[in-house]
Amino acid sequence: MIRLKINGTSRQYEGDPDMPLLWFLRDNLELTGTKYGCGMGLCGSCTVHVDGKAARACVTPMKSIEGKNVLTIEGLSAKGDHPLQRAWKQCAVAQCGYCQPGQIMQAASLLKEKPKPTDADIEAAMQGNICRCGTYERIRKAVKIAAGVQA
Amino acid sequence: MSVTVLSRRGFLDTIFSAGALVLSAPLVSEAASKADAAAWHPSVYLGIETDGTVLIVSHRSEMGTGIRSVLPMLLADELDADWKRVKVEQAIGDTRYGSQNTDGSCSIRDFYDAIREAGASARLMLERAAASKWNVPVGECQVKLHQVVHEKSGKKAGLGELVKLASTQQAPKAAELKFKSPADYRYIGKDTPMIDADDIVTGKGQFGYDAKMPGMLIASIERPPVYGSSVAKVDDTEARKVAGVAQTVTLDKFQPPQMFKQLGGVAVLANSTWAAMQARKKLKVEWTASPNAEYESGAYKSKLAEAARKPQKVVRKVGDVDAALAGAAKTHEAEYYVPLLSHAPMEPPAAVAEFKDGKVVTWAATQNPQAVQEAVSEALGIKKEDVTCHVTLLGGGFGRKSKPDYVVEAALLSKKAGKPVKVVWTREDDIRFDYYHAVAAMYMKAGLDASGKTTGWLQRSVFPTIGSTFNADARYGQEFEMGMGWMDVPFDIPNHRAENGPAQNHVRIGWMRSVANIYHAFAVHSFVDELAHLAGKDPVQYLLSTLGPDRKITIPPEGDLKYWNNTMPQEKYPVDTARLRRVIEIAAEKSGWANKKPGNGRALGIAAHRSFLSYIAAVVEIEMGSDGKIRIPRVDFAVDCGTILHPDRVKSQFEGAGVFGASIARMGEITAANGQIQQSNFHNYPVARMNEAPRETHVHIVPSTDLPAGVGEPGVPPIPPAICNAIYRATGKRVRELPLKRHGLA
Repeated sequence: MIRLKINGTSRQYEGDPDMPLLWFLRDNLELTGTKYGCGMGLCGSCTVHVDGKAARACVTPMKSIEGKNVLTIEGLSAKGDHPLQRAWKQCAVAQCGYCQPGQIMQAASLLKEKPKPTDADIEAAMQGNICRCGTYERIRKAVKIAAGVQA
Repeated sequence: MSVTVLSRRGFLDTIFSAGALVLSAPLVSEAASKADAAAWHPSVYLGIETDGTVLIVSHRSEMGTGIRSVLPMLLADELDADWKRVKVEQAIGDTRYGSQNTDGSCSIRDFYDAIREAGASARLMLERAAASKWNVPVGECQVKLHQVVHEKSGKKAGLGELVKLASTQQAPKAAELKFKSPADYRYIGKDTPMIDADDIVTGKGQFGYDAKMPGMLIASIERPPVYGSSVAKVDDTEARKVAGVAQTVTLDKFQPPQMFKQLGGVAVLANSTWAAMQARKKLKVEWTASPNAEYESGAYKSKLAEAARKPQKVVRKVGDVDAALAGAAKTHEAEYYVPLLSHAPMEPPAAVAEFKDGKVVTWAATQNPQAVQEAVSEALGIKKEDVTCHVTLLGGGFGRKSKPDYVVEAALLSKKAGKPVKVVWTREDDIRFDYYHAVAAMYMKAGLDASGKTTGWLQRSVFPTIGSTFNADARYGQEFEMGMGWMDVPFDIPNHRAENGPAQNHVRIGWMRSVANIYHAFAVHSFVDELAHLAGKDPVQYLLSTLGPDRKITIPPEGDLKYWNNTMPQEKYPVDTARLRRVIEIAAEKSGWANKKPGNGRALGIAAHRSFLSYIAAVVEIEMGSDGKIRIPRVDFAVDCGTILHPDRVKSQFEGAGVFGASIARMGEITAANGQIQQSNFHNYPVARMNEAPRETHVHIVPSTDLPAGVGEPGVPPIPPAICNAIYRATGKRVRELPLKRHGLA
């Protein structure tokens, strides 16, 4: 039995301890905001926070997160009004939208560590997150707006 | 056009409540109507509920262009509805909507008139209803922001109040309709937010991968590693021991042609995604032999290049190229190559389907729900009308999701399992079993006179055709492929010949964002740049002089090939060199071409290409890093795509096209060895990341009242040649084979 907290709620899991967190979120809890994109930690679509830090849910086995706090896009803000979510809408970042929850979670983790990131900080933090529609320029702008640095 | 008040029909019941006013506007796309006018009864639907809620059906699929928001916005604006009281419903697949194939950059072009007509018709019917209610002339009644107003008396009535009366009105004739002036638009041209924006940033957006049905099993499929082989023997003992596995199913081999049939293989059905994927790895499958097992990309490339050096089928002929080349002061030849490419949308293919009582219901991330109906009905031997296809949001499409093989898999497996089945492709499945963008080799030769003017131009392309997907014997480029930047090179060259050679496919070939324009534009616009340097001229000046005087070119048929022109008549959408010239001039000016001379490892490169009836010029700035690899600090697009409805979504499509084009140029390459695709995920099929994408993209839209043209695709073709043209100016190195990664440049 693995116990953990997801978006503040206690959850437990019995099953293959090697199963990645991604499928627990999606299949067991129906928290489908966390997306599958590669299964190898290469694209960032499944980014969540584990104990406050960005992690790729597709390569995070359930056995590694016993007792941890997981935050998903569904738990980022109560009303969808996290500064990043607002900035994302202000900049009309999303095209297809599939990778955007992962992008936002990655950016949220960046802003926790570096509330006033530089361009280089943003590029370093965000280059693990692929957007095939090509919204990178707007992502960079939205992160800066949310952080209140010159966009 | 005529609008009729429809009796309520089955497929509307899911959307409109009883008592709603439902209008139907015939909405055949021009292309489709020409194909078979009599067989189509397509319509788009608008409903107004008695509480005033306006329901607008989006019959096109949303994969990031914004079409699901923008077409309904156009209808709401023409009706003068309050956008806050509009609900957009996604259509199921049904031919009555007209073409739903969200592909070919034609949603606005094909539906602009019909959508406006639907809005204007409803508006007039509501005004007539109010006029009869108040016994005043209809000319004095006007819909204003969701209510009909009679200024003189101050009477007002909400749209919902008038529904009953409006529905008894005769549908207006086309000549009676009055359209809003663009100056009066409330939502169009105003960058109104997309309807799915809130759902997307909160993770609530529902994509194909997220779709579910009660009691469903999840399937992961081991497909034949070589195209054309099938299951010879399977041992599923270990797979079935995995907890959660319900059963395995061997899928039949498809009978050619491929079409949208499933590839065959062995499916593992389980109660969780993880169990299905894990158990699949434990399958032991032996595969039958396939003639494609010899396929090897290096040898295949040589074969294509060799064929391109020999005379081939002529697809366009002007003057006498052989004489011009023989008499030229200088000649130049070059060979270009673009490898196989994979679409790699962020969401791999996924669909859930249930077969029950001889009917199929599916939820799928699809660009073409009517193709789903056709493919599923054929595979299961049921009627097309018995396939209900709901369309989810698409996590990217790029052409991959207009081929519904994965929906066929889900339907077949549901029939076998007797339960709903969701098929989920892994990234590895997506990259190894795509309908690939064709590999292509081009041979180019030109002759210049003493002044440097091009007097003769020969171009040959050889590639496996998309036609092979629909006719296993197809070897030559189809009319639409030849019409994409090959038969329609708009240069003012007195002697010009275009040719195309045959090639055999060894994998599934499909269309990917901008299709054959990708390799054609790469060769044509790299080569004209080479000629500029050979002539000692500035590339922009040389491009403009080669384009020649402003004129409209009519491309004549050559043999049995007609000029495709995106299915549009050339009189209506001519090849207009003035529009191409204008975008070249704007891109040059806005990028600062004249003042930014190459130096310190930085340079600009240009390419300008007409595709999907739009005229696009791109100037790309590149910078050589100390590691010898390029960076792309800036792209300037000048865009003439006729009338546009949502400037910001036009811009965003071009921003995206810059990144998509950068992926193709920098690192896009799929290869095969022993018939098997060698790439499998983003580590060996990389796509552009933030640091590899253009850093700044400036989109300069030419204001236009011309007919609407394509937006989603035409930004892609000029990018790879513009990048390579910039590299040449920065380094003196001419890249004729993509991707740049092969040359250590990315």
